[in-house]
Parts: sequence; C-alpha cells; structure tokens
Amino acid sequence: MKRALQILALVVLLATAATWLAMGANRGWTKTSVAVKTLDPVTEIEGITYQQKFLPGVDFLGAGAGLAVALAGSSLFFRKRTNSK
Amino acid sequence: MNLSKHLLLIGLVAGLVYGVQAAPQSFDFKDPKGVNNAVFQLDAPLESINGSANGISGTVSFDPENPSAVSGKIIVTTASLTVPNPMQNTHLHGPNWLDATQFPQISFEAKSLANAKTKDNVTTGDLTGTFTLKGVSKDITVPVKLTYLKDKLSARVPNLNGDLLVIRANFSINREDFNIQPGQYEDKVSTTINLSLAIAGASPKP
Repeated sequence: MKRALQILALVVLLATAATWLAMGANRGWTKTSVAVKTLDPVTEIEGITYQQKFLPGVDFLGAGAGLAVALAGSSLFFRKRTNSK
Repeated sequence: MNLSKHLLLIGLVAGLVYGVQAAPQSFDFKDPKGVNNAVFQLDAPLESINGSANGISGTVSFDPENPSAVSGKIIVTTASLTVPNPMQNTHLHGPNWLDATQFPQISFEAKSLANAKTKDNVTTGDLTGTFTLKGVSKDITVPVKLTYLKDKLSARVPNLNGDLLVIRANFSINREDFNIQPGQYEDKVSTTINLSLAIAGASPKP
C-alpha cells in the first residue's frame, strides 16, 4: 500500500506537469475561456469574443502538486511490508 | 412664376437641404454585429488582470460640419465585463468589487470637446464628461478620436443606408476614486485601471 501511494503520487505529479506543459504552460490563473479577436473591415475595430476553452494555470499546477504531496504524505501512515520468516 | 419667385424657391430648397445636412446626426451605439468593446487592464505587482466588455449601448449626437459640438452618453452593462478566469469573473461582478446587481451600468456622458482638430474625416480632441462607475460620478477628460464614415453603414449592415461614427479612446481611472475596495489588495489588483474603448455607432438614413 505504501509503495502504491508513492507511485500514485508520482503519477499525479507527472501527469499534472505534463498536462500543464502540453496545454501551453500558462503562467497565469486557470482560464475556462479564451479571447478571440476579429477585425471589422469597415470600422477597423478589433472585436473580442470568448471561446470556451480550458487552459490550466499555475493554480492547476499547485493543486496537482498538493495532491501528490498529500498522497506521498499519507503513505507514511503505512508500514513497509517486511518478510518475516 | 417670374424669375425672382424661381430664385426664392431655389434659395428656400437649398437652405432646407443645407439645414438638414448640417444638423447633428444621432448615432446609435447598440452594435448589431457585437464588435463594439471596451478593454480593461490592471497591472499590479503580483497580478495582471485583462478583460473586456461588449454590452455597449447609447447614443451620440455628432455634426460632421461642427465636430466639436459632440454630445451623448455611452453605457456599458456591468455584467458584460468578462475575464477568462471563472473565479475572478465571479469576484469582479460580486458585491465587493463592481456589484453588478446594484450598479448594472457604467456610463460616460460627454459634455464638451476641447482642442478639436479635424483632418479629412477624423477629429481628435479632449472630451470632458461625467464617468459613472459603481454609483460614483466624476468629471474626467479623455483624449478621443472620432472617425466619421459617410455612407458606410450599408457596407456593414446590408440593406441599411447611412453613416457610421467610430469612437476610440484610451484613458485611465483610479478604482479608489469610485469606491472600489479603496486601499485593499493593491499588490494583486492595481489601483489604476487602463481602459481602451473602440466603438462604432450607426446613423441610418431613409
């Protein structure tokens, strides 16, 4: 159990970091929408609309790291399996 | 009808036509294409907040023959202010910040245009008016650029003839002047709010 929790903590940490990096390594807060700009040819005004898109930020990275630490920490409550003969 | 009567009639018609053309036009800024927007930017030491608003309406009276006589009111719906982070968005509209329920509108009522300079169809100047945010009204002066686009409405909205007026303005306000969390969270939410307005109004003609 101890080893399983430690492995799970590592998987969570790596998966969080990989997701964050793969989705653009956004150093701001997590976004659920992104601004899309379009130019009106007549007035030359740049219009802004929002498109639904999940963009993980540093809070996502922190939550993943926190979960990994919690999992690794909880593994300390389990004893190492010993082979007694 | 003798010649003098003809001349009088021509003069009356010419005067009427000139009078109609010289009259200020009313431009409606409720944009059917939804392009009109106001961008806001706050740069605090720890955090930068960027967003925009597109709930824009209002009317502006503008006379192409006398651009400095511009007047009118532009309204932004508070609930239309959007930032990409959902939690920040909730806080922004909440009672501690803009309180969109109690103060549903942000407005600017133009009073006078000073230092007006017109070149071709573009007028620049310093527009003074009353800016109202979160129930607090303050007179401010902002640099503006007014672009009059004669007969361009049909290029934007088919089957509708008329003129367009594009207003652009970049200016800053202090959130503490408008009772928005004065003295609070200055490291995360800048006291200076940079605003950038780019809006087009339509004046349809029959």
